[in-house]
Amino acid sequence: MTSRVRALFGACAIAALSTPAIAENIVIATVNNGDMIRMQKLTDDFTAKNPDITVEWVTLEENVLRQRVTTDVATKGGQYDVMTIGTYEVPIWGKQGWLVSLNDLPAEWDADDILPAIRGGLTVDGELYAAPFYGESSMVMYRTDLMETAGMKMPEAPTWDDIKKAAEAMTDKDNEVYGICLRGKAGWGENMAFLTAMANSYGARWFDENWVPQFDSEAWKTALDDYLELMNNYGPPGASNNGFNENLALFQTGKCGMWIDATVAASFVTNPTDSQVADSVGFALAPDNGLGKRGNWLWAWSLAIPAGTEKEDAAKKFIAWATSKEYLALVAENEGWANVPPGTRTSLYENPEYAKVPFAKMTLDSINSADPTNPTVDPVPYTGVQFVAIPEFQGLATATGQQFSAALAGNISAEEALANAQDLATREMTKAGYIK
Amino acid sequence: MARAISTRRKATFTLVAWAIGIAIFFPILWTFLTSFKTEAEAIASPPSFLGFAWTTENYSVVMERSNYSRHFWNSVVISVGSTVIGLLIAIPAAWSMAFVPGRRTKDVLLWMLSTKMLPPVGVLIPIYLIFRDTGLLDTRTGLVIVLTLINLPIIVWMLYTYFKEIPGEILEAARMDGASLYNEIIYVLTPMAVPGIASTLLLNVILAWNEAFWTLNLTAAKAAPLTAFIASYSSPEGLFYAKLSAASTMAIAPIIVLGWFSQKQLVRGLTFGAVK
Repeated sequence: MTSRVRALFGACAIAALSTPAIAENIVIATVNNGDMIRMQKLTDDFTAKNPDITVEWVTLEENVLRQRVTTDVATKGGQYDVMTIGTYEVPIWGKQGWLVSLNDLPAEWDADDILPAIRGGLTVDGELYAAPFYGESSMVMYRTDLMETAGMKMPEAPTWDDIKKAAEAMTDKDNEVYGICLRGKAGWGENMAFLTAMANSYGARWFDENWVPQFDSEAWKTALDDYLELMNNYGPPGASNNGFNENLALFQTGKCGMWIDATVAASFVTNPTDSQVADSVGFALAPDNGLGKRGNWLWAWSLAIPAGTEKEDAAKKFIAWATSKEYLALVAENEGWANVPPGTRTSLYENPEYAKVPFAKMTLDSINSADPTNPTVDPVPYTGVQFVAIPEFQGLATATGQQFSAALAGNISAEEALANAQDLATREMTKAGYIK
Repeated sequence: MARAISTRRKATFTLVAWAIGIAIFFPILWTFLTSFKTEAEAIASPPSFLGFAWTTENYSVVMERSNYSRHFWNSVVISVGSTVIGLLIAIPAAWSMAFVPGRRTKDVLLWMLSTKMLPPVGVLIPIYLIFRDTGLLDTRTGLVIVLTLINLPIIVWMLYTYFKEIPGEILEAARMDGASLYNEIIYVLTPMAVPGIASTLLLNVILAWNEAFWTLNLTAAKAAPLTAFIASYSSPEGLFYAKLSAASTMAIAPIIVLGWFSQKQLVRGLTFGAVK
């Protein structure tokens, strides 16, 4: 071997040894919501603190993401190391053993600081299976200027009667101002999220203790009749096609007097860049009927690790960073306190700077007033406020939602919609073995 | 009089054709216009058609947030790859069915087409498990295989229809002149069927480019094509219509340009044999 060849081999060996270790790459699946986009923008802070980890994002539309991650986690496909999932999936997947427990996140992550209602929804048998990235409930957002013109004042904790009167007073159809905007588009996460939460406040429930569907109850009938009356008399035209985004567009362009929807919408409707009514928006708790339950829901977009990932440690480091108190401070520093992911940590609501955000208190009060373990007036065998945490719920609630959406469109009567919902639910629950 | 009626009928047909053309093209035009609006203008009611402050900000945001070139390259490899492999399999298959048909050729053709009648989600889990076990998840190779198989029935059917229009006597003459089977297909049949093959190729590139079920379900970060790029801008909680429109415009622009330049070939191929 000539000296030149030997030198070449030596150089290669030195080069190989001096090459830095290849960074571990984690793949994160998420949705395209404003808070998630901010997280992606701030990823450099995480990689600067963890130079041995690189991050790759897969952002998908919510329904596509749900289908995609469900397939992957159920087949142990291993395509993702961190998944964005909601409070519906966490208890089901946790029980199946599809998620890694996060009980061993570092002490400074401070699990006790997570809002109890949110933490409860993400815990199964004492194991925390997902860390909340942002939490939300629902509340009333209303036009203070229209209420003032009508000579009315919205109570902080209104009843459904108050809502009806306010909707009537603010409706001015000639000028395309509609007293109330509510979800009408069919879907378990669309109209059924709203209607299930509304029905809870009327004393209705999906199932009794023996999993027998309850759509034939008087409480469901009253709830649906009131919903249809509100929307038919004071709602916008074509409301059976309206979901969150459509109502957001209507409210931001001044066409809704009131909108009962996710608390996360508060930052959109008060943002003067996008909203024409930013300086005249008030907030109130979701309405009740004096039965001890309000018509608000509870949801948390959360980060979880699928069982079977080979990069569990790196994934845990990322989750600990993205859901930490330091991350909230980082967002505040870069984007302002109004854009901090809401609804996850007690310490955020104790922060005097955050207390100045106009919707902060109402968001916290709304979240605290929802109880996923005890969501209805009468006892039920399930958990979840605007959903029932069983795998069959997605398909069943979407089919039921189509009935209620058809009733709103005027294609069938409320009685027919409820009877069809009862038949659908009875058939599905019998087939699934809940009803013997 | 007859000429006057003919002119009036012509004008009516022209107007109807234009109206249908505009109606079909309008969503694409509206997407293109929305991509130059601000998010506030994108939801304005009544919407403005041209009288808004044009901005390219959405394109800047999309380019900053996403790796467009990677998605684009994945789309090119997957659509062209699956079409070329599909053609290589389909040309001999269609030749045999068109020129040496058996008793069951029609049944075979129908059976091939019947695979398109099964909803894709019905075979998602088996295919996902096969891909997981063979390491094909999130790879371009995996998608090329799946899209080749999915589009193969259409390619065979289209080529079979074109080949049937070619007189068998010409091929017979070539055979009598001593042409081998290979030479017969390559030097005699293929040149005569170029318009048909070209339109099949173009149509399948378009179908594969736009395929959204398998490309979304079998990819994650590495092999995701432009369909996943568009899906990443759809939001359940937030109005990002202008950015979604910018992403959609960027995703469909290459295929529209391709269709525009090859429209003559495409129309000629699709109407091949329609009028005798």
